[in-house]
Amino acid sequence: MTIDSVRGAPGDPGPAEPELVQLLTPEGQRVEHPDYPLELGADEVRALYRDLVTVRRIDLEAVALTRQGELGIWASLLGQEAAQIGSGRALGEHDMVFPTYREHGVAWCRDVDPLNLLGLFRGVNHGGWDPAKYGFHLYTIVIGSQTLHATGYAMGIQRDGVLGTPSAGATIAYFGDGATSQGDVNESFVFASVFNAPIVFFCQNNQWAISEPLEKQTRIPLYRRAQGYGFPGVRVDGNDVFACLAVTRKALEAARTGQGPTFIEAYTYRMGAHTTTDDPTRYRLKAEEEAWKLKDPIERVKAYLVRGDLADSAFFEEVEADAKAMARELRAACLALPDPEPLSIFENVYAEPHPLMTEEQEQFAAYLASFEEASR
Amino acid sequence: MTTLTLGKALNEGLRKAMDDDPKVLIMGEDVGKLGGVFRITDGLQKDFGEERVIDTPLAESGIVGTAIGLALRGYRPVVEIQFDGFVFPAVDQIITQLAKMRMRSLGKVELPVVVRIPCGGGIGAVEHHSESPEVYFTHTAGLRVVACSNPADAYSMIQQSIASPDPVVFFEPKRRYWDKADVDTETADWTPLHAARVVRPGDDVTVLSYGPAVKTCLEAAVAAGEEGRSVEVIDLRSLNPLDIETVTASVHRTGRCVVVHEAAVFSGYGAELAARITERCFYRLEAPVLRVGGFSTPYPPSRIEDHYLPDLDRILDAVDRTFGW
Ligand SMILES: Cc1ncc(C[n+]2csc(CCOP(=O)(O)OP(=O)(O)O)c2C)c(N)n1
Ligand SMILES: [Mg+2]
Repeated sequence: MTIDSVRGAPGDPGPAEPELVQLLTPEGQRVEHPDYPLELGADEVRALYRDLVTVRRIDLEAVALTRQGELGIWASLLGQEAAQIGSGRALGEHDMVFPTYREHGVAWCRDVDPLNLLGLFRGVNHGGWDPAKYGFHLYTIVIGSQTLHATGYAMGIQRDGVLGTPSAGATIAYFGDGATSQGDVNESFVFASVFNAPIVFFCQNNQWAISEPLEKQTRIPLYRRAQGYGFPGVRVDGNDVFACLAVTRKALEAARTGQGPTFIEAYTYRMGAHTTTDDPTRYRLKAEEEAWKLKDPIERVKAYLVRGDLADSAFFEEVEADAKAMARELRAACLALPDPEPLSIFENVYAEPHPLMTEEQEQFAAYLASFEEASR
Repeated sequence: MTTLTLGKALNEGLRKAMDDDPKVLIMGEDVGKLGGVFRITDGLQKDFGEERVIDTPLAESGIVGTAIGLALRGYRPVVEIQFDGFVFPAVDQIITQLAKMRMRSLGKVELPVVVRIPCGGGIGAVEHHSESPEVYFTHTAGLRVVACSNPADAYSMIQQSIASPDPVVFFEPKRRYWDKADVDTETADWTPLHAARVVRPGDDVTVLSYGPAVKTCLEAAVAAGEEGRSVEVIDLRSLNPLDIETVTASVHRTGRCVVVHEAAVFSGYGAELAARITERCFYRLEAPVLRVGGFSTPYPPSRIEDHYLPDLDRILDAVDRTFGW
């Protein structure tokens, strides 16, 4: 290991493109990487393509629903589909995901009903799915908290003594470039390293933390931080679903076999606003967005499929139509989501009946009933 | 007089403070080009530069911790916490360091740091964006804790807080950011920072509140007035220190008191008020001090937050109950 004494230049988070692991160019050209061999059948590529299109369509529908006032807010994954589908499809059944609030693509890979995600952003619940059932923890909105939970969960896997066996799982913690500044995230690196925990840190560097560009968080490429904590870091083309798949697979396998943590920096771009309430024209240039459009994660897979004669126009039309139909159903289901009962406010706060909950619930029920009486 | 929204009044107050004192700095997430997610610092980086309006790394403990360091070096940092629910990573720095430095140094060290926190619900947000965490701070000696409720106070109180030699936790009622009112930006002849204010005089019952709930209390007072009940509304403005004299003077006259806040009632600020009023006005009280506030639960999903937040009806219900005792 070399000691890196080079200071990052002010405002320069280091060389970007040359260090990326890439298996599929933006033009749809397959390239090899010595450390990441990947064999994919035509079926598998078509399935990845279908995933990518589907999650983009779900996302689009959610944005539209927000514009129409049906959701309170939405955090779009536009541009990050490959990072999420690639890493999400690398997961095995025993793995456990700890997402942020933007991992709709990963949720899709874990079979979490997108309606659940819409429910959270509509404001009918705070998530509410069973993390254990899907191997997909609740969305975490407080930046960085979940990285420690993922590390602790990984320490549990370690203590179960399953690493290296077929029932071994790993955890994967998702977080953003901005999150890397948070104390919790840095503490999770320390814990994971010291305990050699079976965890993959999957950082989607989408270049922005709301209005703050990457250089407000770091002077060196993020993946190189891993070295300081004592585990490998790798930067992958986050818009390349093949590379994200291969790199995440390898990191998960290392974790499951007791080799400890890996940091993956998926170099990508947040094509949309931070959330539907954000206005990126206040802080970034259209030209930057245009440049990233050329690296679209879906177009390159399509180009690859067409170039290799692995799919015909009927396939693409079908995928499009299916995604559209699904979005239509999702919209209808979202509109039909009932508001929670007011008295449900008091539910699930404690395991057992709690005197204060009971008292307040009874008082509130009587209060609500007084209106009904009055209106009778 | 100019008509300003509460948000703009804060912005103008910050601008004035920065103009008046070159040591005043603004720090936080997205406070620069974006002007903060609520635009409270809009245009300030453009006019005062990146050295004074600092987009920090995304780390609240870091923000408050470095603000303490800057204050040690003679600066007056005004820190923006993006939302109430995100102050918690900074709570260690606020409670163990910011609050206690004066005492630990036997008065030699001063930390004039202001921590601005948009607080409260009612904006249809997802979780952690609608919290009312004031009592964690009022319970911590060494901090001054204030809450503005209207544009004029926003303008003056932010400047008074920045001038304070002690650290101030400054609560901003986020759902009132867009409320408009006349603000006199020419005068600095302000109500003292820690004085409460009678915002609507009345004779029959005293309603105490602060922050976003003040407006709801005023609406309730109007409604009660139509039914022939004269409600006095006091905007506490300062939670620590508390202007107990203004409060007791009122309750002495009315003999009835209702406290209203968005935070949970159990162990909430109203408990302190009720205890103090009982101690000081015991023989004058016609009814116990009643409290209206959030339930003792996590903040609910936004579709039912209106049930959680104290509204006009719940305030009137409590007012009625003080007469039924
Ligand atoms: C502790 C905390 N502080 C502030 C916020 C407000 N906030 C929400 S998202 C965000 C930026 C996150 O940036 P990044 O980690 O890069 O993730 P991205 O949103 O780009 O996916 C901020 C500051 C928060 N949710 N939690
Ligand atoms: Mg980001």
